[in-house]
Amino acid sequence: MYRQLVLIRRFEEHAAEAYAQAKIGGFLHLYIGEEAVAVGAINAVRETDHLLTHYRDHGYALVRGCDPKACMAELFGREDGLCHGRGGSMHLAEAARHFWGGYAIVGSHIPIGAGMAYAMQYQERDEVVLDFFGDGATGNGIFHEGLSMAALWNLPVIFICENNLYGMGATLAEESPVSEMRIKAEGYTMPSIQCDGMDVLSVYEALGKAAEHCRSGKGPYFVEAMTYRFRGHSMADPELYRDKSEVQRWRVRDPIPSFGDWCVEHGVCSSQELAQINEEVEGEMLEAVAFAEQSPWPDPAEVGRWIYAKPIDPESPARSEGAGAAVPLTSDAGV
Amino acid sequence: MSEVTAPQATQELNLVEAVDRALGQILEDDPQALLLGEDIGANGGVFRATAGLEARFGPDRVFDTPLGEAGFVGAALGLCLAGLHPVVEIQFDAFSYPAFEQLVSHVGRFRWRTGGHYGLRLVVRVPYGGGTRAPELHSDSPETLFGHVPGLRVVVPSDPVSAGRLLVSAQGCGDPVVFLEPKRIYRRGRSPVPERFGPTELDRAAVVRDGDDLTLVAYGAMVELALAAATRLEAAGCSARVLDLRSLYPLDRESLLAAAEETGRVLVVHEAPRHCGLGAEVAALLQEEVADRLLAPTLRVTGMNMPFPLFQNEDDALPSVERVLAAAQVMLDY
Repeated sequence: MYRQLVLIRRFEEHAAEAYAQAKIGGFLHLYIGEEAVAVGAINAVRETDHLLTHYRDHGYALVRGCDPKACMAELFGREDGLCHGRGGSMHLAEAARHFWGGYAIVGSHIPIGAGMAYAMQYQERDEVVLDFFGDGATGNGIFHEGLSMAALWNLPVIFICENNLYGMGATLAEESPVSEMRIKAEGYTMPSIQCDGMDVLSVYEALGKAAEHCRSGKGPYFVEAMTYRFRGHSMADPELYRDKSEVQRWRVRDPIPSFGDWCVEHGVCSSQELAQINEEVEGEMLEAVAFAEQSPWPDPAEVGRWIYAKPIDPESPARSEGAGAAVPLTSDAGV
Repeated sequence: MSEVTAPQATQELNLVEAVDRALGQILEDDPQALLLGEDIGANGGVFRATAGLEARFGPDRVFDTPLGEAGFVGAALGLCLAGLHPVVEIQFDAFSYPAFEQLVSHVGRFRWRTGGHYGLRLVVRVPYGGGTRAPELHSDSPETLFGHVPGLRVVVPSDPVSAGRLLVSAQGCGDPVVFLEPKRIYRRGRSPVPERFGPTELDRAAVVRDGDDLTLVAYGAMVELALAAATRLEAAGCSARVLDLRSLYPLDRESLLAAAEETGRVLVVHEAPRHCGLGAEVAALLQEEVADRLLAPTLRVTGMNMPFPLFQNEDDALPSVERVLAAAQVMLDY
């Protein structure tokens, strides 16, 4: 888990650098500070369990085992990217790993997770769905529709709210009538638990409990992870809405050194071993950036590929694998 | 699968009964298929398009949702991700607007955005259009709202047989389809339909009446109106072709261009407001491709650029045979 925490951090620091150098276009939303949530949560469940996330999605992809090189290339918009440079930073996805993507529209993936969970129940599959979103999403109607269906149909879905105290540039007080989002789940009779989102073990424990609940057929569960993002909402955020001293206070609780210390104190590994991990990950990240930089851009003639299952319109760039060829689906749950 | 392989017993069904039968066939043939929507279970849907299906296939496979279209269309996307093939009913045309976000932001672009990782096999059925004395927000024609979204298909049947065959084909095509059902002609009369609906090409318009002097391009409930107009035109000595578009996105360019070249005059009829309506797309296409072959400008007989009016003014707002005849005359006199 320590390696994964460092992996996310270094991946994003390199991405931020590349963004500053205009090597990554569009927007870039960093997860830095919140890494313990993705790491703790995903490690507490099975590889076959399903993940859907908000657009701050790099960490989930990496923890789920998506190739960092392919992830970085996706941010760079290159053909070797995880989604061939079509999805970009906010839409990493890999069906084969049951990672169903980041979603750029706030909260809109919440009912999608409920639908997947309906399918798990309907198909009698022993898999649960993890649906991650921020506190800001709870102000969107779609959040309530998603929770309502999940509770109504007793679905195996864990809603994980990463409460980082800000909905973009709005403070909790400005965006929500309650400061604890789990209160909103109570209206749907959903059991909930709050955990320390800066502590990977606290998240791990909460998700273990939630997954057990869901897997035993008891319906949905709501986890609220109290966390903080150290960087702005996106790279373009001037952060005028918060005091730098507040950020500094939270940085003291940085989940990575805290967990590193815990590992050393409990004899899990030595500080030399941690340093070794840091060094290895840094090497991997340099490789990932180099890989992304040398990967080709998507061929403009192919940019409309995959819009439809088969080519449909001679005027449009929409095309597929070629006449009669099936679109390859890497998931066992393919169409 | 094909209805041509053996002679089959036929039965007379109206359009909504044909939809019901096609849905039953889909559930029978495809174990991954399931239906969801408001009141579609025990009630069989407000228009009875799913009558009897819950009893036949069980409440897990044909189930009612809360009254939240954004939520249950999103849930349908989730069902797709788990390998299922949902068919969603949205009760009335304008009830699709809450689900617009899901359809536009996610459903239409899922395959593309994931670099081909995953395509969605999803049909969203929407009873649509005016002529039923229903109020505003229950009579809209939203086809170009969806036809503007690459990744979605928009399909509209015009009679019981096309409804059944197009629905079965839409469900099997591998793309998300917005399937607009012209509710005005749901119970317009019965026609013989096969025991089983064979697949048909989704992207093809159909010449439902041939003619040489003028083509009336229509879809949905307007096909019936175009046919009535064609009969009147024939009595006046004008041979009118009626082209039923069936697929609004993609458009069957070939059939449209052939109609323009062969008849020289193309008149588009639709219920939706004129501004940015499908008629504009057809007219632009003809202008770009066959302008020099046209004997008259392409005219449009459409709904008005206004919210759909209440029952007392409905007939004034909708295209009528008289308006079609008047426009045709302008074109013939050009």
